[in-house]
Amino acid sequence: MRHRCLAIAATALLLLTSACTVERQWGGKTTAGEGGKAKVGLVTKTDTNPYFVELRAAAKAAAQAQGADFSALAGQFDGDNDGQVRAIENLLQQGATTILITPSSSTGVLDAIGRARSKGVLVIALDTATDPDTAVDATFATDNFEAGRQQGAYVKAALQGAAPKLLMVDGTAGSTVDTARHTGFLKGIGLTDASPEIKGRTPANGDQSLAQQGMENLLQRTTDINAVYSMNEPMGRGAYAALQARGLVSKVAMGSIDGGCEGVRNVKDGQYAATVMQFPKKMAEQGVLAAVEYAKTGKKPSGFINTGSAVITDKPLPGIESHDTAWGLENCWGGQK
Amino acid sequence: MTTMTRDRASVGEFLLRAPAVGPALALVAAIIVFSLSTTTFLDLDNLSLVVEQSLVVGTLALGQTLIILTAGIDLSNASAMVVATLIMAKLAGSGGIVALIVGVLVTVAIGAVIGSLVTRIKLPAFIVTLGVFTMLTASAKLLAGGQAIPVADGVLRWLGTRRYLFGGIPITYGMTLALLMYLVIWYALTKTAWGKHVYAVGNAPESARLSGIKVNRTILSVYVVAGFIFGIAAWQAIGRVPNADPNAFQLGNLDSITAVVLGGTSLFGGRGSVLGTLFGALVVAVLRSGLTQMGVDALYQDVATGALLVVAVIVDRVVRRKA
Repeated sequence: MRHRCLAIAATALLLLTSACTVERQWGGKTTAGEGGKAKVGLVTKTDTNPYFVELRAAAKAAAQAQGADFSALAGQFDGDNDGQVRAIENLLQQGATTILITPSSSTGVLDAIGRARSKGVLVIALDTATDPDTAVDATFATDNFEAGRQQGAYVKAALQGAAPKLLMVDGTAGSTVDTARHTGFLKGIGLTDASPEIKGRTPANGDQSLAQQGMENLLQRTTDINAVYSMNEPMGRGAYAALQARGLVSKVAMGSIDGGCEGVRNVKDGQYAATVMQFPKKMAEQGVLAAVEYAKTGKKPSGFINTGSAVITDKPLPGIESHDTAWGLENCWGGQK
Repeated sequence: MTTMTRDRASVGEFLLRAPAVGPALALVAAIIVFSLSTTTFLDLDNLSLVVEQSLVVGTLALGQTLIILTAGIDLSNASAMVVATLIMAKLAGSGGIVALIVGVLVTVAIGAVIGSLVTRIKLPAFIVTLGVFTMLTASAKLLAGGQAIPVADGVLRWLGTRRYLFGGIPITYGMTLALLMYLVIWYALTKTAWGKHVYAVGNAPESARLSGIKVNRTILSVYVVAGFIFGIAAWQAIGRVPNADPNAFQLGNLDSITAVVLGGTSLFGGRGSVLGTLFGALVVAVLRSGLTQMGVDALYQDVATGALLVVAVIVDRVVRRKA
């Protein structure tokens, strides 16, 4: 009985799959370069982070405005290479002409990207570069080293000539974005990783509560500090909570990076002195425009295209180009403005 | 039991005897729905793709099935696999075969340690593997220095790169190997004394002991065999994504449990089959692929998968109570 049932189920399955087979290439039909309609697929690292939500919303709006088909997929967590590969495969199956991707790891999805490109699909990395960067057709992203350098230069100016006594709240060890921001910051403030001016560092994986915890532990060691680096705004908020508990807020210049609306409000409220804004909306819009152009003419963009970054602060300092928080709130991403 | 009584048995009793039928029906139903509602789902290439997408979790779930059959559970299987991928990637320079063997030996050793703690010191598998999971997750990050390691070695990549056509369907060696492993474990569970012991130990350990089964030795062997399978899952993972990433497969342990439970295996042990697990893993992959092609948001896909899991557990409960 049991075996008969299984046999029936298996046969039904086979019949079902073989009877309705359609002639179709893996990857669908690409109509690029024939004045065709763009089919844009977006693959983000996750679909819950407000940064990627903004990126997705901007790409969707741009695609609608351009009359392009749009489909957004994501990994389940940062580092979910398998989920991103699956997303790329599913987009190919749906016949995407362009794939915009924020790679979870700079090397994890290169194989799948290679397969997509060999089918004639345009692949553009958004936000995070691949390694090597030639694995994709083009990269539209923030120059994270430059964003870090801007933060470092601002904090240096805020110290007004005093020698820095610095605590660093880093992101995920080894991630390319984090490394670029970290080394950029040190360049901006005029230190190196070996400088004795660095009084302590803690990795916090971009997580607010981990940053608070890490900062509390660092402050057990020394409270004689005047500068704090935070790799992104949630971690900046965590570090602020720890500084506040120790009554150190007024003695410390802290900077951050991201330009989320909550981060800009943190700057306005004085939680940290400045943040460096990046522009996910620009990345998404330019990516979609490139996709539409590719579908129409077959022309592909190439190389690294910097979408820019800007210092946001209400305490402008000489020698540092910056915008105030009112401008920041108009241009920020994620949440109410 | 005669055919007569089987035919007269209630639906519940039938499901208790053939737990793979439910998930098989769910799989067929899902395939029919997606074939009718999208133009891209029913396509040999796509179906082959769905199978490929379910390979790693499907292999993890095969080992997990054995453990759950003994009324145990393994929360550390995916992290053991990730550690193995990192070890394989690091040793790739000294030859793919060596790297593969060392990686698999490591997961076997982890299985042996867990099995010993569970049988000798009588610790609950849930707690032991939770602790091991935490240690392995951190070890993976330490091993990698936080950075993913690309893998190019031919032997390590072999399961993912080598394809052949079978009646027009692209098949990878990874799929073939997974199918073979399922067949071997199915045979071992249904046709050998060892398999009968595994079921007996999960069903009623005390009666198993009284009837002369070496309970501890059986459970230990299950963790070791499962460890071996998790090592093969690591090989599958590198075949699919040529990058050993300490942050990968954070939900792999839960995904494997999902596949096992959807496959009709009882979390209380003693009831279930690897055939069901195979269907369970495929159901999840089919849902993901089909819903994606229908344009359903990934978060709703999670809701659907979770709901299906709850239904499967309810069915398990009802069936057990009635039978």
